[in-house]
Amino acid sequence: MLDLVAYGAFFLTIALTYAVICLGLNVQWGQTGLFNVGVAGFVAVGAYTSAILTTPATADRFGGFDLPIVVGWLGGGLASAFVTFLLGALTLRLRSDYLAIATFGAAVVIQLCMLNLVPLTGGPFGIGFIPRPFGGLAGDALAFGLANFAVLAVLVLVVYIVLERLVRSPWGRVLRAIREDETAARGLGKNPVRYRLEAFAIGGFVMGLGGAAQAHFIGFIAPDNYLPILTFQVWAMLIVGGSGNMRGAILGAVLVWGIWAISGSVVSAVFPADQQARAAALQIVLIGVALCVVLLVRPRGILGEVRVVSRHLLRDARPSVSAKERSDNA
Amino acid sequence: MTPQALMDGLIAGSMIGLGAIGITLTYAILRFANFAHGELLSWGAYLAMTASGVIGFAVPQLTVPVGPFSFGWSLPLAGILAMALTALLALVVDRALFGRLRARGSAVIILVMASFGAALALRNLLEFLYTSQPGYYTRALQISKPIIDGMRATPDQLLVLALAAVAVVAVHLMLTRSAAGRSMRAVAENPHLSAITGVDVRAVIRTVWILGAVLACLAGIMSGLLVQIRPQMGHDLLLPLFAAAILGGIGSVPGAMLAGLIVGLAEAMTVQVIGAEWRAAVSFVILVAVLLLRPQGLFGRVR
Repeated sequence: MLDLVAYGAFFLTIALTYAVICLGLNVQWGQTGLFNVGVAGFVAVGAYTSAILTTPATADRFGGFDLPIVVGWLGGGLASAFVTFLLGALTLRLRSDYLAIATFGAAVVIQLCMLNLVPLTGGPFGIGFIPRPFGGLAGDALAFGLANFAVLAVLVLVVYIVLERLVRSPWGRVLRAIREDETAARGLGKNPVRYRLEAFAIGGFVMGLGGAAQAHFIGFIAPDNYLPILTFQVWAMLIVGGSGNMRGAILGAVLVWGIWAISGSVVSAVFPADQQARAAALQIVLIGVALCVVLLVRPRGILGEVRVVSRHLLRDARPSVSAKERSDNA
Repeated sequence: MTPQALMDGLIAGSMIGLGAIGITLTYAILRFANFAHGELLSWGAYLAMTASGVIGFAVPQLTVPVGPFSFGWSLPLAGILAMALTALLALVVDRALFGRLRARGSAVIILVMASFGAALALRNLLEFLYTSQPGYYTRALQISKPIIDGMRATPDQLLVLALAAVAVVAVHLMLTRSAAGRSMRAVAENPHLSAITGVDVRAVIRTVWILGAVLACLAGIMSGLLVQIRPQMGHDLLLPLFAAAILGGIGSVPGAMLAGLIVGLAEAMTVQVIGAEWRAAVSFVILVAVLLLRPQGLFGRVR
């Protein structure tokens, strides 16, 4: 029974680290409509920055500043925000899909840097001995698991409340106005590029924060953790949960991570060892098809976007019905 | 830059150029960045491998190497079959996915996202079917022959260069001199207006997919012949393809080919000067430079 609770805490903690990353993506895509194909890269920037800042000094690697974990997390978020800011500044004034191509390229280059900048990142072997919150409890699996879960739950809650306030603020309203009708927003004197850039960098900060939290929970990072499949998982979480909805992003993260973990253990239980790589590929095929089907059938996800004009008008909040769907129903 | 690096760059660049033509055409006419284009290269290469194996099994004398090349007639025959099948695959994906999203008037970025999902599914389907073990068209080894001082190439490599040149000229002539090409350019310019003047936009879209898929298949087979066939091959080429399409200017076929050669040469130079481990970063550097200095590309127009 206690083992089950410990496993549950472990599972939920991992799922919540994804929830943070997913919330970051929701600011970029759900609120602003910016397509980021390089999620894995920005998560990696956060994870590596935090690891370099907080690990104890090692002889053959730069860094090892042994700073407090909180400093590492903030540093990871800021580093990721900086990288996303640069990319955004480069591409946001151009066509909308240039951003997608540029983020895709950035993820490739970040992967290369992780592999090749050995003195900084440890190369293919990555960085180990990343301090874990409540490391002193590590002997007691249950207490350790619950303590970590509590930390992540608080982190998700804080990020959720801050972002929720942001998107309901005047700033968030401008973002949605730009997303829905850029010309009209421009007519009101709002500069779309500036608002998009801010949203992109804030999303990047949250992603980096999530990456840092994940690194500290697992205790070890390597380039293999940040392959394009990570980007895809986070996207699946957001699309399934409902883009534009912060609670949807969290729900999607827990749900998709659950499906991923269960189908992974089914694959390893059912298929013989030499066929497992193939079966894992099939697992990804199914999720890829599922993403396309959701885009075709239910673009809103499970919890669609809640269109709230202002938090002072909360009582009017209803699930969004786009103009097109309204005319279809009529 | 040694003559050998020049040769290597030209060969890699011609394959990138062929793939980039497909990207630039779908981009100009369907108006979205197709992340699944790389998978058409991989599928083309694998389909050709399977077809070549079947043909060789049925008629063993077709596997005897032709002239100086490493492969028998089974490969060119299989290549033609694979091109048809790759085009069919592209049409099926368009019918099942992109066409429906277009009909619904989805935003560009939804199409991009759908192509991302399709890419992942197609790539991993290949890995499921063929495993991640690399495949080869032929086990024959080729000795590279000196061409000029300090530059060597195998007959296969020279054939690839010649084929790429022929393909580019053919596509360029088709776009500029034929009725189908005129319709394609009209739709790229303004789909609504061309539909009003009697251009069959749906037929144009089909032509674009077929053309892009055939060229992708050709590039995939070339890459499979000269390097190896892996499920990731198209994905690894995707960033160079995008860099070449944007550097050449969206919609420009000669631009895409020239930019492909530039990317290929830049990669070869990087391998020689900095090191092979940074090769994949070259395309990104080129991409950033183009977006900063000349976002419309070499031959593109400001939109």
